[in-house]
Amino acid sequence: METNKRPLDGIRVIDFSQVWAGPYATLLLALMGAEVIKVESRKRIDGSRLSSLTTGQRFSGFDSSTVYNELNLNKMDICLDLGQPKAIELAKRLVTISDVALQNFRPGVMDRLGLGYEALSEVKPNIIYLSSSACGSTGPERAYAGYAPGFASLSGLASLTGYSDGPPFTMGGRIDLISATTSAFAIVAALNYRARTGEGQYIDLSSSESISVTIGDVLMDYTMNRRSRRRDGNHDEVMAPHNCYRCKGEDDWISIAISNDEEWRAFVNAIGNLDWARDEKFQDAFSRKQNEDELDRLISQWTINHTKYEVMDMLQKAGVAAVPSFSSEDLFNDPHLKERGFATELEHPIMGKTTVLSPPWKLSATPARITRHAPLFGEHNNYVFGELLGMSQEEIETLMEEEVIH
Amino acid sequence: MGEKALEGTKVLEYASSVSGPYCSKLLADLGAEVIKIERTGGGDEARRRGPFLNDIPNPERSGLFLYLNINKRGITLDPKTQTGRKIFLELLRWADILIEDKPPKEMEELGFTYENLKEVNPALIMTSITPFGQTGPYRDYKAYNLNLSHGAGAGYLTPGGSPNLEREPLKGGGLFDDYTAGLSAAVATLAAFYYREVSGIGQHIDASKQQSVMDYDRVELDMYPNTGVVRTRLKGKSLGGAMTRCKDGYVMPMALLGPQWDAFIDFLGNPDWGEKAESTGLTATLEPSEEFSRHLSEWMSSRTMEEVYHGAQAKRVPMAMVSSTADVMNSPQYKARGFFTEIEHPEAGRLKYPIAPYKFSETPSVVERPAPLLGQHNEEVFSRLLGYTRGDLVRMREAGII
Repeated sequence: METNKRPLDGIRVIDFSQVWAGPYATLLLALMGAEVIKVESRKRIDGSRLSSLTTGQRFSGFDSSTVYNELNLNKMDICLDLGQPKAIELAKRLVTISDVALQNFRPGVMDRLGLGYEALSEVKPNIIYLSSSACGSTGPERAYAGYAPGFASLSGLASLTGYSDGPPFTMGGRIDLISATTSAFAIVAALNYRARTGEGQYIDLSSSESISVTIGDVLMDYTMNRRSRRRDGNHDEVMAPHNCYRCKGEDDWISIAISNDEEWRAFVNAIGNLDWARDEKFQDAFSRKQNEDELDRLISQWTINHTKYEVMDMLQKAGVAAVPSFSSEDLFNDPHLKERGFATELEHPIMGKTTVLSPPWKLSATPARITRHAPLFGEHNNYVFGELLGMSQEEIETLMEEEVIH
Repeated sequence: MGEKALEGTKVLEYASSVSGPYCSKLLADLGAEVIKIERTGGGDEARRRGPFLNDIPNPERSGLFLYLNINKRGITLDPKTQTGRKIFLELLRWADILIEDKPPKEMEELGFTYENLKEVNPALIMTSITPFGQTGPYRDYKAYNLNLSHGAGAGYLTPGGSPNLEREPLKGGGLFDDYTAGLSAAVATLAAFYYREVSGIGQHIDASKQQSVMDYDRVELDMYPNTGVVRTRLKGKSLGGAMTRCKDGYVMPMALLGPQWDAFIDFLGNPDWGEKAESTGLTATLEPSEEFSRHLSEWMSSRTMEEVYHGAQAKRVPMAMVSSTADVMNSPQYKARGFFTEIEHPEAGRLKYPIAPYKFSETPSVVERPAPLLGQHNEEVFSRLLGYTRGDLVRMREAGII
């Protein structure tokens, strides 16, 4: 039975993280009901309020960034200048009423500010504290800085991504979000432990390692056979066909993957038993892989006469894995995704109507959901300092004048 | 120390290949007790995929399977038989969490819908990880990792920096998207399990791999409805735009902030082709000018990856080298953090495995057992857990039920 409840109702998270990798971790928690309080300040504003790291687009003011909105839905925002001792005291008071703290500064910075795990576990012994950094907070490269392309590069993933005759590719900003999802996973695991034992703990996450685990099988090839694999486009080690084929239209492509002879026969049948497809050099998996270049060329000559949707329909009906290479425009107009309610429209006080992706999972009893737009800069100072910490309006104003709340 | 993060959490895995097994591996590595059901006959699909030890195909020596299934117990079972079905439901009564990846139609035919299964175990958490989710016109469509990558919009953006759109869009390396779809489902599973701990209420999680992978690109994808911009893989400003070839490979400079950029110029020896940043905020030079890139390539061409990586970082310039898998497996940083563990497996021998990307101070990840041999724990599970006799087991094996 569906309820208004969400799985992490009652959990409070104090979030010192910025940009992409930290904020997406707390976004996932916030979608599931956690109350996330984000700490920024004019002196240390979240860079995604100002510009897009991937397009270079600059946003006017602090509150018109679509990027910030994407990554900070459902959260609250306060401003505290962590360079000031009074701000550190306030941050600590917030930690005493929180369950989780998260940060993605370069290792050592939070310790120097007096907001490291040691200091915070003194004021809140069962706090769950997660640090996320490029290489982790131990080891010879602990102080090294990096962003998403660096995690992809160091993890081994970039070397495996790209055309066989082209440079490696770092997969864009999504790498941050995958590292962030790993953080969210670690936090919910620690919440389960705490629910059972009452104990909190410190979690040290390496973003590079969080990407390396997603190529575990390729790393095993080195372990087992001392082989360092190279990038090879869409191709697979054994499956053929296994590629993207151009369809009718402009930059329209269909991905087709066939894993066994049964699927091959279904494919041949679905495309009308063309002569070439019945050639014996394509009749078993080994032969198809041996003659893959020719096979790719022949399939393209067939797909080019059809739209990507026609090919998907025809082949999926026959039990063959064929899915278009969807653009964002395709996805937002896709009947399947629409039926699943994949996007949510919401009103933003500055930007007006915006559309964002809905939570990726459907939970039957306690659905994750979007409750509000990303917070305006400092929007929740009054709620957090006034209601949660019980400070008077006068005290808050004094701290604002002193540029502690700033 | 001693107690594990997910100690006592009972997981039944009815899944194959990558996404489902990776989801339950994440739980197993933190101490959950996972019983993996493989089909009678060949077992998990991953057993038939490489890499194989010494390149000799053998279902007990697939690196993919061995990696994805450490810390699990394995049984074989055919739930399509009457007795197999009965045993499946007995295991379901034992479990807190069921992780499954079967096409929705197949689960319906087996009578294993969430509605039916919660009759058997009312507090069950059932996580269904399928290519397109449980509802909608594509719900029974097939998608391998390649199709997922493209169907979620990630492929269309890959490789970024393409000079034109002549060549085909690409998937990410390896089976990347299948793994990350499993990761996403694991977050929802543990959140639901947390809710069950506090409320006693179970639920069904419909995890669409397509939507999980799309969400990783939410910043790029949502530009379309909000600004009308359709992102493509065409060359333009992108975080990956600064990839530069050096003497023995590639390096990735990431000087995004003014001071980082200035440190980068210092590191290059303040050449006359490198101007310092005008602001201390984000620089506009995410993708340097062609002229700068040409000079930079020339500068890099006589230097090694390691030299540039460590040299730049010593000057506080965000920089990475593009590690090959050999570099990863030999990384001093990874070794110092204990990212690898040697595990002894009866068929594959002693091998080095990557383990977890996080260190928990109180409940570290554990390796208690290697991946199971096909049906290795039939006796343990059926006899000790469910109370069947040895005679029953023999008869079930003969009937092809286990």
